[in-house]
Amino acid sequence: MSASQAEMENVVRHALEAAGRAGASQADVLLVEGDDREVRVRGDEIEFVKQAQERGLGIRALVDGKEGRQTSIVSTSDLAPDAVARMAEEAVALARATAPDPTAGLPEGGFATDLPDLGLCDPADRNVALDARIEDAKRAEAAARDFDARIDNSEGSQASSGYARVVYGNSQGFVGSYESASHGLFAEPLAREGDSMQRDYWMTSARRLADLEDAATVGRKAAARAIRRLGGKRVETCEVPVIFDGMTAPSLIGQVASCVSGYSVYRESTFLGDKLGESIAASAVTIVDDGRLPGGLGSKPFDGEGQPTRRNVIVQDGTLQTWLLDAYSGRKLDLPSTGSAARGTGSAPRVGTTNLWLEPGDKTLDELIGELDRGLVVTELIGMGFNPTTGDYSRGAAGLWVENGEVVHPVEEITIAGNLGDMLKSIDRIGSELVWRGRTASPPVRIAAMTVAGE
Amino acid sequence: MSASDPTQPSADRALDFFRGRFDLDDGSLAAALDTALERQVDYADLYFEYTTTDSVSLEEGIVKSGDRHLEQGVGVRAVRGERQGYAHSDEISVESARLAAGTARAIADETRPHAPVALTTGAGGHDLYSIATAPTDVPVATKVDWLNEIDAYARAKSPKVSQVMASVVCQNKHTLVAASDGTRVADVLPLVRVNVQVLAADGSRREVGYQGAGGRFELETLREPARWQGLVDEAVRIALLNLEAEACPAGAMDVVLGPGWPGILLHEAIGHGLEGDFNRKKTSAFSDKMGQRVAAEGVTVVDDGTIPGRRGSINVDDEGTPSKRNVLIENGVLVGYMQDRLNAELMGVEPTGNGRRESYAHLPLPRMTNTFMLAGEDDPQDILAGVEDWLYAVSFGGGQVDITSGKFVFSASEAYRIEGGRIGRPVKGATLIGNGPDVLTRVTQIGHDLALDEGVGTCGKDGQGVPVGVGLPTIRVNELTVGGTEG
Repeated sequence: MSASQAEMENVVRHALEAAGRAGASQADVLLVEGDDREVRVRGDEIEFVKQAQERGLGIRALVDGKEGRQTSIVSTSDLAPDAVARMAEEAVALARATAPDPTAGLPEGGFATDLPDLGLCDPADRNVALDARIEDAKRAEAAARDFDARIDNSEGSQASSGYARVVYGNSQGFVGSYESASHGLFAEPLAREGDSMQRDYWMTSARRLADLEDAATVGRKAAARAIRRLGGKRVETCEVPVIFDGMTAPSLIGQVASCVSGYSVYRESTFLGDKLGESIAASAVTIVDDGRLPGGLGSKPFDGEGQPTRRNVIVQDGTLQTWLLDAYSGRKLDLPSTGSAARGTGSAPRVGTTNLWLEPGDKTLDELIGELDRGLVVTELIGMGFNPTTGDYSRGAAGLWVENGEVVHPVEEITIAGNLGDMLKSIDRIGSELVWRGRTASPPVRIAAMTVAGE
Repeated sequence: MSASDPTQPSADRALDFFRGRFDLDDGSLAAALDTALERQVDYADLYFEYTTTDSVSLEEGIVKSGDRHLEQGVGVRAVRGERQGYAHSDEISVESARLAAGTARAIADETRPHAPVALTTGAGGHDLYSIATAPTDVPVATKVDWLNEIDAYARAKSPKVSQVMASVVCQNKHTLVAASDGTRVADVLPLVRVNVQVLAADGSRREVGYQGAGGRFELETLREPARWQGLVDEAVRIALLNLEAEACPAGAMDVVLGPGWPGILLHEAIGHGLEGDFNRKKTSAFSDKMGQRVAAEGVTVVDDGTIPGRRGSINVDDEGTPSKRNVLIENGVLVGYMQDRLNAELMGVEPTGNGRRESYAHLPLPRMTNTFMLAGEDDPQDILAGVEDWLYAVSFGGGQVDITSGKFVFSASEAYRIEGGRIGRPVKGATLIGNGPDVLTRVTQIGHDLALDEGVGTCGKDGQGVPVGVGLPTIRVNELTVGGTEG
């Protein structure tokens, strides 16, 4: 254990004791220290270099009321012992002003005892010079520019490296900590031809620098995507099969996950609220959330309440298997936590995903396109048009129009609409490529029919 | 903090706050700037922030939690040409500012002699939101009682109301900017917001209705019964209405947008595209369109950060430039971009008071404040009567734009079919999509009923959220693509 980690654990213990002294019957404390670097290069020029060290401490205090516990959350970046003690008192006073909630409370037990090394950090990466990341961004910019003469501008290429140390402890006796890193590279070039100007992006992200996609590849892929959007046009309003590519399909899987959060279930604000154990999707659909995927960008040894993370199969062969739960939403539904508590220093635990994915099928995206008589491949989505209560879905899209198995032209200024419940059931093809670019990944997915609105 | 004298302008109160609490006098600020200026940089600035935010929320009839957060720190920037170095620290002190300045200046190699910085009070800032009681000083018990009143009132409105979620969020933000050109400006920015969301159920059908309101004013303003009851009435009405809503049509059609929040059309369709950074880099669909017609005759769009008490208003921007009323489109012709200091300098124009940032941990960017279209002369009833068929949209959720292709979307949360010039059946929310540079050329009528939104908008750009406002009179736009499901 490094000196700094021991010091951080001491700050957490001190805060827990202070909360107890102030009158809290239960408390938990989250302390996060981060060290972040970010650079953006545009053309040959550095646009910005950003460096920061940050820390944040959050105390959740619970006091016993007549019919349950009263809760508050207080957060600060001031870790001086007297400041922490003051904050603990403030938290208890604030909790007393709220109403008792019979469901409120820390998990009774079941805290993580094994903290496996999940490969979240490569110590060697700590010594990477800022100049090396600037070089990565420059290489991505240059590769995009050299890809095609029509790439004549860019929003820049951005490289980032961040480290965080997380310590969580609670009055039930659990104190745990872990370190993690994340590195990324993002390129966003512009293509121009005549009056048409288009941007697109490609990105790579990983826990270890060595696992990032090569910088030149990132630039070239981004450039190819921008070029292929040139000359985009609307299509006639119609109902056709729609393929979400590997960049857009993850948003669908994320929407499914948000609709199985225990909070949306007990609040009756999800269209899946009465579907546990039922078939909600085509039988080829299996959706997994696994917090212990080695090297995963969403991996962590324990969740925001100290519960061990685990593999939750949300949908198995089309059947809804489980809600995602933290202690509170679990209690509301008479179910145990699924180790899905997400938490920031300034917020109460809520349900979040870790590494979330749709299990791949056996055909490549090119093969899926080859099988399509007439339809749309969606490569970018904009807007927030999804209603989790009803499943109604309507979003802006850009992509490629396919006729007789061939891409015939790019498409833009259209919307795609349907209902997520119907869309899940009408998934009739799942692609084979599963690429992680963040915490959620999905292979390409084909929906048998959606309304495409255009001219 | 609550002891400060409300008769003093925000600028003076904030300056006293940073001096009194953190010893940030002009001499020590200048010394920190000197550290940055030892290298060959064009410009350097310090941004100190001390923000208290509290929120209290209710669901299932229980005020389940109270939160209080303190965000404090300093961000130091050094600028050379197009290049910016930025470092920030979560400690407010001259020493942490000096350390950050040492990091930020790393964008420039050469050292050089420089004249010491002499700080002077920035001139011409406004005083748009001085209030007697900071919203974060209003007792939590008052907020708790109020949420319980909201809950009871909403549930009494209709037996179909099955869930009520409500929250009160209060913020008090102190800022201090000191820059190498001598600018030294401070501000205190209060911000309040109340959110009401109800879930209405009828058989197996469920729908949500939301209404919120806020701005930079006393919390008491929102606690006027007529005001908050009106918000709850709206949330319940929208939830019940959506229970009856039919599927929305799909395709290109003539659309009438109601007054107020539908102004998000302007924010997405043209606002972002007129931000200085995109135009300096020529990545916006509006690049090189200055002086050209981008909207129908009669369309005038302004971005105005100087409206007292509005959510998007600021006395000075986060670089110390006083906010302004900037005309973006005048009678259909593009006449202005929104600028921060960096992009204004590089484009050879004046900053417009639009340099904003989410917090000390973020670089300033050109951002909107309150963006709206000026009223026209048409009677809103006549505008509706002129449309034979299709869509009347009066309330919207979020939107987004691709500034390069110009394509933008915004999603309706309350909409109706227009049937023979009359408001017909409600239809389910749908996303509308259009092309920024030409959508306003298809505005054929402009109502006399300009309204600003209720004060709940947050704009996201580069991962930074800042509070903004929008506004619109009733307008008719021909041939907008509506993303429903019915052919």
